[in-house]
Amino acid sequence: MHALELRGLRKAYNNGFEAVKGIELSVEEGDFFALLGPNGAGKSTIIGIITSLVNKTAGSVKVFGADLDHEPMKVKRYLGLVPQEFNFNMFEPVEEVVLNQAGYYGVAPAEAQERAEESLKKLGLWEKRRTMARALSGGMKRRLMIARALVHDPRLLILDEPTAGVDIELRRSMWQYLREVNRRGTTIILTTHYLEEAEQLCRNVAIIDHGHIIENTSIKALINRLDRETLILDLQRPLQRPPALKHYACTLSDEQTLEVEVHREQGINALFDELKQHGIEVSGMRNKANRLEELFLDLVESGVNK
Amino acid sequence: MSLHHYRIAFTTIMIKEMRRFLRIWVQTILPPMITTALYFVIFGKMIGSQLAPVEGFEYMDYIVPGLIMMTVITNSYANVVSSFYGSKFQRYVEELLIAPIPHSLILLGFISGGVARGLIVGVMVTLVAAFFVDLQLHNLFITLSVVVLTSFLFALGGFINAVYAKSFDDISIIPTFVLTPLTYLGGIFYSVSMLPEFWQDVSLANPILYMVNAFRYGMLGVSDISMPVAYAVIVGFIVVLYSFSLWLLKRGVGLRG
Repeated sequence: MHALELRGLRKAYNNGFEAVKGIELSVEEGDFFALLGPNGAGKSTIIGIITSLVNKTAGSVKVFGADLDHEPMKVKRYLGLVPQEFNFNMFEPVEEVVLNQAGYYGVAPAEAQERAEESLKKLGLWEKRRTMARALSGGMKRRLMIARALVHDPRLLILDEPTAGVDIELRRSMWQYLREVNRRGTTIILTTHYLEEAEQLCRNVAIIDHGHIIENTSIKALINRLDRETLILDLQRPLQRPPALKHYACTLSDEQTLEVEVHREQGINALFDELKQHGIEVSGMRNKANRLEELFLDLVESGVNK
Repeated sequence: MSLHHYRIAFTTIMIKEMRRFLRIWVQTILPPMITTALYFVIFGKMIGSQLAPVEGFEYMDYIVPGLIMMTVITNSYANVVSSFYGSKFQRYVEELLIAPIPHSLILLGFISGGVARGLIVGVMVTLVAAFFVDLQLHNLFITLSVVVLTSFLFALGGFINAVYAKSFDDISIIPTFVLTPLTYLGGIFYSVSMLPEFWQDVSLANPILYMVNAFRYGMLGVSDISMPVAYAVIVGFIVVLYSFSLWLLKRGVGLRG
């Protein structure tokens, strides 16, 4: 069964701006799905429509087979949302924020208490349960939104940039928790600007730009399509100009840093052989960008050019 | 979701709303008590003692129902307008909009908070009044039903104000420029029969007049308005404002893109 099915989804605002232009998308039950796109691509509008926060202009939304137009309560029952911006009452204690959410979904108080305790403990917020939400750090507020979204045990969890502004250590612990949630059977849709995050967590991906889906495939298939990567080489001795390599395009970013474009079929050993022939010794090497990031930029740029 | 689930959802909203104003009781419960005490001292004791009885009652006894009703009206309104606008401003209204709760329950949840505050403050003000006058009760049913219905009505008014409000200034415009003048001109401090005929007719267009008089009838047994007419006006306004509020919520006016 599809966890989510969008058919012919459109959204035009009163000022005529069309944010979503006929989106067709399916997400399988149990998937960890990435919804990527540049700022203003339409991701948050799509999420807003699915969660009833934005009125659609046309099309249909089905969540686990329930149609949003005909069975809105059923659809809402299935969903959990972690929005991009903090949207809880800053003047309520942390525990109350989570308990209230459980109440809105009809979870009985005793059960809500158990669930709130479990999720707050797992997200490292139990000690802060009596603290006013406004007194939490940015990272804690993000975790509170995750705890809140999970307290009613949703079948489909939508995360709209859940780790924005969160430090790396905390981000990785959140990834760990989300993987566990997904393993337990919750379908997850994730939007993020950290493409490494999508690569680490998600199995399938849709890339949206200007209200259209420009790519919809598995992360693996997407990365396999990448036929080149740019390596940054730290040189032992400074160079005045880039070497004239026969098989590789290269540029000098500064005297001791060389950027080389390597195609998949070329391999790195041949590159080092050629560098040796030019008397260049390398002291360190790294990828210029995340592989998915390069693909993402290529796709979005080609979308713009079209 | 079953009825049981809806009951939990409604109770959650109601308790949340009550906790909100009880948490800040120094701002919500205490000020009306002090203000009312001042009304009794100044208008009742100092000025009122110089005035002739109104419809057979000492002036201070006569104004007690109106003062209680004024407090109930302003507090019911203020609670919902500030709470609902606050939930829009901080965006936590989204918690409710995405949850499987019918719009009518969301509305009733907020209204119940307004009614609870109106009634709690009403009781506190009544206790304050007991220090100044011998309280009377002519008809318990009319007293209770009118105060609850009026509180419900003005909580709805606060909700509609909050839906349209775009800034904190917008939530104080209606109370200042509409509600307060109508309340003061609604027969709290006088009987409309004391006015010239023209102003008596004009006063009949003021809905608060019906509520104050109905409540006064419940407490003292005197009124400028007949009870069936007063109930018809109050219930009529409730039906209109409730339907309009529900329509606003369903359409997502001021809430959904």
